[in-house]
Amino acid sequence: MAEITGLAEAVSGLVRDGMSLALEGFTHLIPHAAGHEIIRQGRRDLTVVRMTPDLVYDQLIGMGCVRRLVFSWGGNPGVGSLHRFRDAVENGWPHPLELEERSHADLANAYVAGASGLPFAVLRGYRGSDLPKYGDHIRFLRCPFTGEELAAVRSIRPDVAIIHAQKADRRGNVLLWGIVGAQKEAVLAARHSIVTVEEIVDDLGAWPNACLLPHWVVTAVCPVPGGAHPSYAQGYYRRDNRFYRAWDAISRDRERFRAWMEEHVLGTEDFAGYLRSAGLALPPESDR
Amino acid sequence: MSAGFTAVEMMAVAAARLLPDGAVCFVGIGLPGTAANLARITHAPALVLIYESGPIGAKPGVLPLSIGDGELSLTADTVVPTPEIFRYWLQGGRIDIGFLGAAQIDRFANINTTVIGDYRRPKVRLPGAGGAPEIAAMAGRTLITLRHTRRAFVERLDFVTTVGFLDGGDARRRLGLPGAGPTHVVTDLCILEPDPDTKELVVTSIHPGVSRERICEATGWPVRFAPAPAITTPPTAEELEALRDLERRTARAHGDNGGGNA
Repeated sequence: MAEITGLAEAVSGLVRDGMSLALEGFTHLIPHAAGHEIIRQGRRDLTVVRMTPDLVYDQLIGMGCVRRLVFSWGGNPGVGSLHRFRDAVENGWPHPLELEERSHADLANAYVAGASGLPFAVLRGYRGSDLPKYGDHIRFLRCPFTGEELAAVRSIRPDVAIIHAQKADRRGNVLLWGIVGAQKEAVLAARHSIVTVEEIVDDLGAWPNACLLPHWVVTAVCPVPGGAHPSYAQGYYRRDNRFYRAWDAISRDRERFRAWMEEHVLGTEDFAGYLRSAGLALPPESDR
Repeated sequence: MSAGFTAVEMMAVAAARLLPDGAVCFVGIGLPGTAANLARITHAPALVLIYESGPIGAKPGVLPLSIGDGELSLTADTVVPTPEIFRYWLQGGRIDIGFLGAAQIDRFANINTTVIGDYRRPKVRLPGAGGAPEIAAMAGRTLITLRHTRRAFVERLDFVTTVGFLDGGDARRRLGLPGAGPTHVVTDLCILEPDPDTKELVVTSIHPGVSRERICEATGWPVRFAPAPAITTPPTAEELEALRDLERRTARAHGDNGGGNA
């Protein structure tokens, strides 16, 4: 049953050191505010899962929160590398990072399997690729009907899934639209879930086929306006592409990264304070 | 450039021409997005663009910086969940052309986007597979576009992320991959196509003003040329205007002041 609560309370109540978390979002609706709160609360030894780890995972890794990364594409899209991710893999800074590496098709299927209560997913994939050589999460099996060789991949069952959505109602039913990625699957695959939302409304006005998470599959709903920035929330604000580019310089150097995070994330109480401190604004949708 | 267009513009135009009108194209991150949208606004208005984040039939007015900008979902015919893209649309066999970029490529059009150096202790950690392995396996055929340098066109890949023709000949067919594999590799210097039997990439068209020596220097293996390679038709005024207009709009939308470094 969803509880409508503050983000700091939700994170301190549900996220423990050593847990596996999926902060999902495919470019759109990335739960940046929740990632910052995990950093503020100093969580450690986390396994973090995501198809497209971007800036918020770069920050979690660089701040030493992460022991293991399960992922399929780790970059700053259209800009270049995630420097903190690279520094952790290439140089072990701030400490070594274990990788469980997959393809998008694998990880998407693995969330579906997790949401379906299955131990693994089946897909036509990986044949000839070097990826199955690293880690034991990718195996091959024969179809019992046709004899075709198919890939079997271990399902994803995070302790906590964390997503951002446009709206929730007062009972905690959650509505999201636009590019919805694998968020619904991640929430249904996880034991608990935290959903940050742009706003709480009386009536969602959802159409029958809308991507809606009923309140009884969501653990906590936290109103955090702007909580996806620099990602975007369709209907509220655009992707802050300027910030994605600026991140390249901020994150390239260890000291500059640390100083920036200490000033703007550790040095602020919440996401609104962070946005003010870093001089960031939500780009309005009309402004193009 | 004295010819009135840059090598990168030639690359985008040459790649765009290879996308037939009405085809269903799965668009990879980076350079493919430019060429695919150029094709759509020039000769192929019915080209269907599918992005891995979920948009089907996207018609962006500006190029997305990422693979999931709002512009894609706002202009799409429909937006489906990412698992559905890979399960029903790609694995279901509904993609004609997979259009990919690459960090490294070998003579059999295998791609590395994972690591430079040893996997456990990499010299350079690259972003990883993304959708590429299954796009290259499942799409009816694949187009690849990347800049032509010795660092990219290597004798031996450090890691095979995505299979082209493996070690050539009928290796791909024996592997049982549903799609036909790469049909063209478009660079800023030339177009390469796999030899029908050996599957080794052969230069079949040289962009105007580019010498054979330059292509050899930029290729990490002794690259072969077709008996009489074509000279790529230079970009037309219409193609160039459409491309530059698209890039101008994109730069403005992403907050550049004309320069653009993505």
